[in-house]
Amino acid sequence: MNMGDRPLSPHLQVYRWQITMVLSIIHRATGVALAVGALVLAYWINAAAYGPEAFNNAQAILDHWFGRLLLFGWTLALYYHLCNGIRHLFWDAGKGFEMSQVRMSGWLVLAATLVLTLLSWLGGYGLLG
Amino acid sequence: MSLKSDLGQVRGLGSAKEGTAHWWAQRVTAVALVPLSLWFVWSATTLVGFDQAGFKEWVNHAANLMLMILFVGSLFYHMQLGLQVVIEDYVHGEKTKVMSLVLNLFVAVFFGVSSIIALLKVAFGG
Repeated sequence: MNMGDRPLSPHLQVYRWQITMVLSIIHRATGVALAVGALVLAYWINAAAYGPEAFNNAQAILDHWFGRLLLFGWTLALYYHLCNGIRHLFWDAGKGFEMSQVRMSGWLVLAATLVLTLLSWLGGYGLLG
Repeated sequence: MSLKSDLGQVRGLGSAKEGTAHWWAQRVTAVALVPLSLWFVWSATTLVGFDQAGFKEWVNHAANLMLMILFVGSLFYHMQLGLQVVIEDYVHGEKTKVMSLVLNLFVAVFFGVSSIIALLKVAFGG
């Protein structure tokens, strides 16, 4: 398609940052990050099928401090994407479109993400000892 | 004159080139993933430090095996749908876009199917 010199719509940098757009961007970013996590999940499962040694290796990699950092990031991303996804489902049902509600649900998503992530990791460390 | 019918000539000329199937599938897999991913994260915290024998025993519980297969299936389906939209938004040029979309589909199906087969092998393999 010949785009010629036709004007493009204004890009992100001309807008004032608002919670609504930030959360929208994070939703897509966490989605892409979780896709990478899904590939690691596939590696972990396949290692278990490959044999005890391969699975031990996979467990050791994920238990390394860098592996734990990634897992923490993926936990955060998953809870965010899940909570904000529920927010999207409410919008799909036609609910929660008032600006005050949109901002409130946005902050609620952030709070729920932090609480759920911390609970999961405290639980994980509690079981691990 | 053309052999194509009037309907055939206008089909696919809209900007979306599709109906609501993609949008709906993304929502349905999202709804399925709410309980499944909560269950998985909770399970994963209990699997910390397990060796392969422990994991095998865990997968041997029918409920765990079934939920894992449902989780992996919905996850890779949802992943393929989501990445498809990202590709359609950011990859310009028809050839690169179509190749990226096909690659995305192949990667999702490959890792999804291999994970499910791996789970079945852990559960039922000798």
